[in-house]
Amino acid sequence: MRRVLVLGATSAIAEATARVHAERGDALFLVARSPARLAAVADDLALRGAPKVEGFVADLNDLSHHRELLDAAEAALGGPPEVVLLAYGALGSPVVLDRDPYAAVEVLNTNLVSPVALLTLVAERLARAGRGTIVGISSVAGDRGRSGNAVYGASKAGLTAFLSGLRARLWRAGVHVLTVKPGFVDTPMTAHLAKGPLFAPPGAVAQGIVRAVDRKADEVYLPWFWRLVMFAVRHIPERIFKQLRF
Amino acid sequence: MAQAEVRDLHWRAEDPFAGVNQRALAYGLGRSYGDSCLNDGGLLLSTRGLDRFVAFDPATGVLRCEAGVSLAEIIDLTLPQGWFPRVVPGTKHVTVGGAIANDIHGKNHHRAGTFGAHVRALELCRSDGSRRVCSREDSPELFAATVGGLGLTGVVTWAELQLRKVAGPYIAAETVEVPDLDHFFQVSAESDARFEYTVAWVDVLARGRHIGRGLFYRGNHAETPARPGEAGRGRLSVPFDLPSATLNRLTVSAFNFAYYRKNRRQRGEREQHLDGFFFPLDGVGRWNRIYGKRGLLQFQCAVPTAAAPEVIRELLGRIAAAGQGSFLAVLKTFGEVPSPGLLSFPRKGVTLALDFANRGPKTLELVRQLYAVARQGGGAFYPAKDAVMSPEDFAASYPRLAEFERHLDPACSSGFWRRVREGHPYQPSLPLGPPAAGGKGVTP
Repeated sequence: MRRVLVLGATSAIAEATARVHAERGDALFLVARSPARLAAVADDLALRGAPKVEGFVADLNDLSHHRELLDAAEAALGGPPEVVLLAYGALGSPVVLDRDPYAAVEVLNTNLVSPVALLTLVAERLARAGRGTIVGISSVAGDRGRSGNAVYGASKAGLTAFLSGLRARLWRAGVHVLTVKPGFVDTPMTAHLAKGPLFAPPGAVAQGIVRAVDRKADEVYLPWFWRLVMFAVRHIPERIFKQLRF
Repeated sequence: MAQAEVRDLHWRAEDPFAGVNQRALAYGLGRSYGDSCLNDGGLLLSTRGLDRFVAFDPATGVLRCEAGVSLAEIIDLTLPQGWFPRVVPGTKHVTVGGAIANDIHGKNHHRAGTFGAHVRALELCRSDGSRRVCSREDSPELFAATVGGLGLTGVVTWAELQLRKVAGPYIAAETVEVPDLDHFFQVSAESDARFEYTVAWVDVLARGRHIGRGLFYRGNHAETPARPGEAGRGRLSVPFDLPSATLNRLTVSAFNFAYYRKNRRQRGEREQHLDGFFFPLDGVGRWNRIYGKRGLLQFQCAVPTAAAPEVIRELLGRIAAAGQGSFLAVLKTFGEVPSPGLLSFPRKGVTLALDFANRGPKTLELVRQLYAVARQGGGAFYPAKDAVMSPEDFAASYPRLAEFERHLDPACSSGFWRRVREGHPYQPSLPLGPPAAGGKGVTP
């Protein structure tokens, strides 16, 4: 049994990953904004085999809740979490983001500022415990800014860089940091996009995440083929890249 | 053909009809064979995101879960705790919502009735924004309309089911050879008294005095507990649509003969994992692809007991004469347990289920003949396995139709409903069944 803290527990990837943990018999502490959604997810996970499931309702963009929720998680789980899954984020509408600076700041707050603040506190606690794994869900979109979603890409690029720095800082303390870079996943976040063969179901991504935690991977693309795709995308010369419409 | 737009539902607490301004239909895993789960030109509300368990009491076997949970997921959760769905069809890849909408049946209809008979309660969301918990006690009319209601009374968000206790995952199964139709009726009558599960596979190419030749499967839950470490079976898959030329009289005949021979060797009693007993085709992924791009046509009728011997003989005779054999012809007697739905298909008598490779007009013509023969014998037809029945066939099959229609949700519709009630004719170009469909096994 492991103690698992899930931040953004009602996101599709988080819920699917939590199911894998529940079936393994791990104890879960779930944080999400909507009480009704949180309750639906928590009941399900308890039935799927999690020996303990506790929920905590919070808007993680409100940084003032962060200490309180980490204290609550430790108290409920009976110790500092062994796996911390950071799985919340906002895609934002490119059309709006291109015109509205406040909307852009909001996406940066949700995807970068709040995670940096929260993981700073988490890192301190895990380092003190001398063990644990932090899993950050970034995105392939952080590998290179595209004309279609520059703000989202920038927020995820920032998160990827932060996780990479955190990893380098924490490994001596015995704390492991895993960066997950999913491609397109069939979730409510992408409900408005036309689905193609590149879309992966959340369950497959969840399996990949837990496998990567088990083998202490530093960075994982999910599904795997995105590593090749993004290798190619990163190597397109900027002169050509700026002309591509995607 | 106009495609349906698809919207995913994720949260049972939220209104499935929010912002919907066209006719909609809840869609689960799409295992219905015809157009009863399709809604061309409209909206499909996909329930697969509603896949959470809500509550389970391992002392009483009462399970509450969201409508998009599949029977496979239920079995995974409850079988290790000693509980199994009271009624399962030939595939476990159907959702609870779909099982309710079609009021499905299984090999134990003669004992347990339909799936709906074991639904204790369900929550129904209607397009007027209302949300009601329906059961035999609360809103009983809406409950009766929704069970077997083809998704046309609104969207079911969750349901509460009564499961049955089992000792383990095994069936004490027995296979008996049946030389002809008369013997089927004898074996069936004798077996229904002693076995919870009974069904017969019929060689549809057998002619003359051999009509009705086949194998009779029967079984009861074994008392053997699960053997630790026994994994599920490996999975085969049909990788692409086979050219339809591979499916001709010769191959069907060869298949039927080989199947008969192989299974004849397995006559007698044995203990079998319930996956193989209930869901044989689930072991072959996308088996529907053997029918090629044009897919298959399904036919299932239920004929009243008195007329059954004559009507079934006539149906099998016509199929054999046409040489359009199907891989799976299934014969079973339905029992007297009343079905709770106004539009429930199962009723006392004998049911015959068949599938045909779709070869266009020739196949359609044969299937139309079968409808005529069955209807003359007082037969009723099953919307979940249909692409052909006429508005008259439908009305004749379901005498409580007018009562049902009072509970229709005005925002709901399906291709099937427009065909049998609003006079939009069958379109032969209709691809039968969704592209990714697995399918039903040998349960009628």
